[in-house]
Amino acid sequence: MSLVIAKDLSKTYVSGGVEVKALKGLNFEIEPASFISFVGPSGSGKTTLLNLIGCLDKPTRGQLVVAGRQVNDLSRKEAAAFRGQALGFIFQAFNLFPVLTAFENIEYPLVMIKSENKSNRKERVLKALEAVGMLEQKDKYPDHLSGGQKQRVAVARALVIQPKLVLADEPTANLDQKTALNVIRLMRDMRDEFGTTFIFSTHDPRVMDEAEVTHTLVDGMLISSETASAGGGANG
Amino acid sequence: MGNVIKIAIRNLMRYKRRTFLTSLLITVGVVAVILFSGLSGSFKAMMIGQITDSNLAQMQIHKKGYVSSIDSMPLDLNLNQKAYAGVENILKEHPEIEAYAPRIKLGGMLSNFTETTSIRLNAVDPAREVKVCPAIEERIKSKNGGKRSGLIKEGEIIIPEKLAKGMMIKEGDTVVIVAHNREGSVNGLNFSVGGIIEDLLGPQGKEGIIHINDARALLRVEEKEVTEVAIRVTKFSRLDAVFAGLAPKLHEFRNPKGKAVFEIHTWEKLSPFVNIANMIDLMTISMKIIMIAIVLISILNVMMMSVYERVREIGTMAALGTLPGKIMALFVVEGLFLGLISAVVGNLIGLAGIYLLNVYQIRFSFGRMDNLLLSPEVGFADLYWVSGIVVLVSVLASLQPAYKASRMEPVDALGHV
Ligand SMILES: Nc1ncnc2c1ncn2[C@@H]1O[C@H](COP(=O)(O)OP(=O)(O)OP(=O)(O)O)[C@@H](O)[C@H]1O
Ligand SMILES: [Mg+2]
Repeated sequence: MSLVIAKDLSKTYVSGGVEVKALKGLNFEIEPASFISFVGPSGSGKTTLLNLIGCLDKPTRGQLVVAGRQVNDLSRKEAAAFRGQALGFIFQAFNLFPVLTAFENIEYPLVMIKSENKSNRKERVLKALEAVGMLEQKDKYPDHLSGGQKQRVAVARALVIQPKLVLADEPTANLDQKTALNVIRLMRDMRDEFGTTFIFSTHDPRVMDEAEVTHTLVDGMLISSETASAGGGANG
Repeated sequence: MGNVIKIAIRNLMRYKRRTFLTSLLITVGVVAVILFSGLSGSFKAMMIGQITDSNLAQMQIHKKGYVSSIDSMPLDLNLNQKAYAGVENILKEHPEIEAYAPRIKLGGMLSNFTETTSIRLNAVDPAREVKVCPAIEERIKSKNGGKRSGLIKEGEIIIPEKLAKGMMIKEGDTVVIVAHNREGSVNGLNFSVGGIIEDLLGPQGKEGIIHINDARALLRVEEKEVTEVAIRVTKFSRLDAVFAGLAPKLHEFRNPKGKAVFEIHTWEKLSPFVNIANMIDLMTISMKIIMIAIVLISILNVMMMSVYERVREIGTMAALGTLPGKIMALFVVEGLFLGLISAVVGNLIGLAGIYLLNVYQIRFSFGRMDNLLLSPEVGFADLYWVSGIVVLVSVLASLQPAYKASRMEPVDALGHV
């Protein structure tokens, strides 16, 4: 079964009495363990869509199933619990907790959201640190890490709870070209290693090329979904 | 919980200057309360000690109606021998009464053969009186090195300081006391001045002292009547309880008309100092209220700032799935620790201050009494109370900002820059 199923998915914002139709009846499915990007011009609805899939916001109309769960009408608390259980997040501005070290940032979901015991925790955090190649920096605070390093830690933090799905809204927008590509490839390696589905949005054409399926949004509508040729853009 | 505390403390350390200043403010409040209650408490205790141990005694029993006409020292409101015996029976069998002493109060004229003035006299049974007012002898100034044998002997009088000064009476002088008794007949007796007594606050603080037997001779009373019975309890803290036990027993005595014979009062009803004591209590309470306001406002202010500054972090926590209760706990614990640290530091500084005040002793004078020594002290109960209030108020002040943080929508919070 598909990991994400959207039917007639719509979102209308009302602000100051003006209606903005951010998403207009989207239909799509996303398979498990896939590596998906949503692209499109500014204001096309990428963030809105990722927020809906991430259960951070609710659709105005339509159906949305994420990881086998109908998520249209989750309460605040249910949505929070579901996110902590099944979803990982990577942010454009990294959003690491400045008072916690790299290790502690990755440990955060295991202590504050799932109450994992200490030895289990340590093992999983170290494994995640190793997977993203940040083991040596584990005791550094975010202030002492570069942008690329921060995003690696963020990838590890998203993965440490072993989510079904990781959502990343413009994860490379604050990084230079080379680092951006490295981070995207890291995400893809993680997908390969752990079978986690990644959905990200981007403006950057070179980053887009790394996706297996690229959905293009224009003005709140899905205008094309392209599957890259086998091996295309994959790293060696 | 360990991690919530860790994150809360790290966030406090993050804004070092702000945390320090807020903490300093609360600490100053705590120290002020501790020092003030230590000082005022010891002042109060000392003044009460002075009053009860060297003049009034802790409780007094009179014939009903005496205290309301105390200024005229009415002799017709004395207790007769039978009534006094009844009082004695009750007091003797009470385990919490350390001592009691009979007194006769009278007004008279004092003459040094050149001048005459009115004087209020307290006629005492010296052996009993010193047990009820153990500090009374300290008030008496005597020429021969201050050491006197017994409070007073028959034929002696102790003159209040101001009177002695005004009339230039010295120890060893002979004076005459003239008084008229209940029936109106006048009688005089010669006394030798045995000492001069310091004045104390209140109407009963300017009385001369004579022996009770001399008073009876002067007033020509055959019966062993008394004006008042002064009482000391074994433990001052139990005074109110003892009073509550005695009052109904005394109330059972009725005259033929069915009216109560006796009245009993504690020092609080007899001394004007009680008003000062109440003022001191009020000031202590005001200090505490000010401290609470300081804690409330400063913690509320800091926590509101913290929430506002960390909107994006709160959004991230919420997005990752942190439940609202945990987010709230993070901020409440942060406020709690800010209060707790300040309270602990405040307590330590306050205790050190109290210790220093005891080392570098403070002497002061109050009214006619000088060279009084204050030895401030605070009980652990006080420290716990102050700390408890600070922590409680800190938590209360953090609740609103913490609640606000926990209710933030992740989408809005994440979009916040
Ligand atoms: N909270 C909101 N209230 C009102 N309108 C909104 C809100 N959020 C987004 N919109 C509108 O919805 C539309 C889609 O916005 P969205 O942020 O999803 O676009 P985007 O594709 O992520 O753009 P960008 O590439 O600039 O990030 C835009 O027209 C935007 O103005
Ligand atoms: Mg966007």
